[in-house]
Amino acid sequence: MSYRITGSTGEWEIVVGLEVHAQVVSEAKLFSGASAEYGGEPNTHVSLVDAGFPGMLPVLNQECVAQAVRTGLGLEAEINLFSRFDRKNYFYADLPTGYQISQFAHPIIGKGKVLVDLVDGSTREIGVTRLHLEQDAGKSIHDQDPTRSFIDLNRAGVALMEIVSEPDIRSPEEAGAYLRKLRQILRYIGTCDGNMEEGSMRADVNVSVRKPGETEYRTRCEIKNVNSIRFVMMSIEVEAQRQIEVWEAGGTVDQETRLFDHVRSETRSLRSKEDAHDYRYFPDPDLLPLVIEQSWVDELKAALPELPEAKRARLEQEYGVSRYESSVLCVEQAIADFYETVARGADARLAANWMLGDFFAALNRTGRSIEDSPVSAEGLRELLGLISNSTINGKIAKEVLEDMVETGESASAIVEKKGLRQVTDTGAIEGAIREILAANSDKVAEYKIGKDKLFGFFVGQTMKAMKGKGNPALVNETLKKLLSE
Amino acid sequence: MSGIHDFTLASARDALKSRKISAVELTNAHIDAIERLDGQLNSFITRTPDQAREGAKVADEALAKGEGGSLCGIPLGIKDLFCTNGVRTTAASKILGNFVPPYESAVTANLLKDGAVFLGKLNLDEFAMGSANLNSAFGPAVNPWKRKDSDAKLVTGGSSGGSAAAVAAGLVLGATGTDTGGSIRQPAAFTGIAGIKPTYGRCSRFGTIAFASSLDQAGPMARNLQDCAILLESMAGFDPRDSTSVDTPVPNYEASLKRGVKGLRVGIPKEYHVEGMPAEIEALWQQGMNWLRDAGAEVVEVSLPHTKYGLPTYYIAALAEASSNLARYDGVRFGERVSAPSLDGLYEASRAAGFGEEVKRRILIGTHVLSSGYYDAYYLRAQKVRTLIQQDFLKAFENVDVLLTPTAPSGAFAQDEKPTDPVQMYLNDVFTVPASMAGVPALSVPAGLDARGVPLGLQLIGKFFDEETLIAAGHAIEQAAAFHHRPTIHAGVSA
Repeated sequence: MSYRITGSTGEWEIVVGLEVHAQVVSEAKLFSGASAEYGGEPNTHVSLVDAGFPGMLPVLNQECVAQAVRTGLGLEAEINLFSRFDRKNYFYADLPTGYQISQFAHPIIGKGKVLVDLVDGSTREIGVTRLHLEQDAGKSIHDQDPTRSFIDLNRAGVALMEIVSEPDIRSPEEAGAYLRKLRQILRYIGTCDGNMEEGSMRADVNVSVRKPGETEYRTRCEIKNVNSIRFVMMSIEVEAQRQIEVWEAGGTVDQETRLFDHVRSETRSLRSKEDAHDYRYFPDPDLLPLVIEQSWVDELKAALPELPEAKRARLEQEYGVSRYESSVLCVEQAIADFYETVARGADARLAANWMLGDFFAALNRTGRSIEDSPVSAEGLRELLGLISNSTINGKIAKEVLEDMVETGESASAIVEKKGLRQVTDTGAIEGAIREILAANSDKVAEYKIGKDKLFGFFVGQTMKAMKGKGNPALVNETLKKLLSE
Repeated sequence: MSGIHDFTLASARDALKSRKISAVELTNAHIDAIERLDGQLNSFITRTPDQAREGAKVADEALAKGEGGSLCGIPLGIKDLFCTNGVRTTAASKILGNFVPPYESAVTANLLKDGAVFLGKLNLDEFAMGSANLNSAFGPAVNPWKRKDSDAKLVTGGSSGGSAAAVAAGLVLGATGTDTGGSIRQPAAFTGIAGIKPTYGRCSRFGTIAFASSLDQAGPMARNLQDCAILLESMAGFDPRDSTSVDTPVPNYEASLKRGVKGLRVGIPKEYHVEGMPAEIEALWQQGMNWLRDAGAEVVEVSLPHTKYGLPTYYIAALAEASSNLARYDGVRFGERVSAPSLDGLYEASRAAGFGEEVKRRILIGTHVLSSGYYDAYYLRAQKVRTLIQQDFLKAFENVDVLLTPTAPSGAFAQDEKPTDPVQMYLNDVFTVPASMAGVPALSVPAGLDARGVPLGLQLIGKFFDEETLIAAGHAIEQAAAFHHRPTIHAGVSA
């Protein structure tokens, strides 16, 4: 179903493109040796190059280039063997040189794509227009003093990848799915930690609206620097609504830059097209054109980890998990790795059920991540093994898992200590059933004249009598036999 | 042996090595000369006598042990565009205020490593923008030469005017210069000394305050080409901190002096016969051809058809870069700040107070040519023409080894003869700019005096990284010209 907003004149379609700024994972900054680590005391990760001192020159950090190429490969994009750095000129206190070094005319990465999964189970391909490398600016701090502003240059010069999508996005949901998928790819490859709270991933959102069936785009507005997926989705809705109201009132939308205020749930004009900066882009004469070798790209490609889509396909094929299960298991590499450790040497389907069910529930309950899970993959595998070889049944296994989370002991130790081993002795089961049937002769009579659902009652009573340890299949089988006597 | 001020850099080096003279003596003599004469010349912005004496002492210790680099104990002056660790660096601008860099430029670090002694920081046009050294926040440097018939103060040329004046007057044995469109060659010609603009990428730009990054190149200025060769060998070399620095070995430039020019093909670009050029400059040029021919070279006419576009495209390309390079001087992190209630106000007030008139003019032109709607017509077209100019040279060098031209269309003019139209002033660079645009090396050597007794220079332009042939050809002119004239103000003459 296509996403539509209904206005007073009928339905509207939204058109969205995203510009994502992703901070490159690297030791040093894009053009200096200063640390690119997040945080630190203000102005401690700053070289003379970052601070724009006279005579200082940028020198390109090759690792940042490699990260951009890896990302391009992850987006199945064209890798441009020739690219160039340009200066984007504007004055601001946290921009020490008075220009940002970016790639304007010749980005390092060209057209690529991101495959996104939607809630209804369908997938959509969102085009990537380009990816380029650029420097981050420093930070201006205005709230420490009534008359002065402070500048922290720790971030100045840190490498960013600007990843620009095609205007292919047609709903807030797709925008969210695109960002999640992009973040997932970046994290898999290890080129960006995708941490939106720390600002290592931010998005500029371009929104326009049009009537379904229109082929031309109408004027768009750019919402700057939105720092969470939820806010991106909210801002699209709010901005689209605003634009629809403007059009329907007979007005026209002006091209401008806007800010999203999530508290008041509105966007506000930041600057109009007329006030837009003239950035006076030109090739940075301090840097040579960036020329890379295909053989180097091939090396980087060969060393890439398995990417989310490929991993999903493999898990589905190798372990027989469903499309839905593979999407959950592949959200993070660590989860997929955990799953594979469990599934190798256990019933893979059972492993998927348990991971998606009780295991994730236990993680949520304890507030732990997969990396510091209270139960190791090997521990979970042992537990599932006990189910598969009929040592315990599923119900008992749930209790055992809870014990494991709490005590850190192994599944078999808990089973032994608590005497939870399942009863598979048919004689013992038959004895227990006969006692139950004898004590409930009225219900046996009712069952025999057709009240089938009492079967569950007998199962429950038997399991209760056996303290849950009866093998469910044997209990069922024996009950059927004895009730038909 | 006459006085200490008759030393060239090379002969001083030899005298130091053989301990005929000590570095401290040599340095003190130069410090005295600066104290006596620089009041008239204004060639220094900052003097560092204590540091120099200290350096000379260290040099003497090394020399006594038979150690020390190629410049051990040689007193030099440094154009105040090179950042020097712990020594104020101004670019002759008010905007840098009392900026003291905590780092050393690559070029000056190389010179120090080879044992050079720095006497101080030399005057220049603000941010190296000018052709007469009249645009310095510290006042103009004055040419030590006078006309025969007048006491008028002559300009030094620019932008390396302080370097030129100090070398010519014998206040230093050599100096660093920088050349963006002629800033070494033209002042060298105006003051009767030699200067080399090496191939772009030969000397690291690290730590040199930028004017136009794609053109700026450091080079030596000294009384003759042998001295320049010794200095260049020390200054040049690959530097990973400058991405445009080229990783190619530094040859023994001094040795190339002896190569001679037999069989060398010298090209005369016909487009350099510009209208209105004084007859005596045409005559000097012809003289230069004859000298080279007499020394065994073959002189042929060549064509550099895009020469006439050199100046306009230079003033677009260079100023575009400058407008961006000078954006960092905003009063926020270093240099002079003029406070204002808003950030934009702070920028405007600091830059209005800090930059001189010519720098402001150039920032405005550079900003204009990069502006949306003008970029294609100006900047982009200039880049295309620049490629054509470079191709002119490459094509010419298929046939010849070096090109010979005058360095400047006139000799030094008087300070009060400064053209009122800034574009007229830009014409001083008409012969030097094309080689800068192409990135090829070029030098100027003194070749004679004009009718009023003011020195004139000849320019040689060479192939990429072929400074050696250039020096060999230049030396042939030096030998033929036998230029031994001295300026009116000179350390060897009692003032």
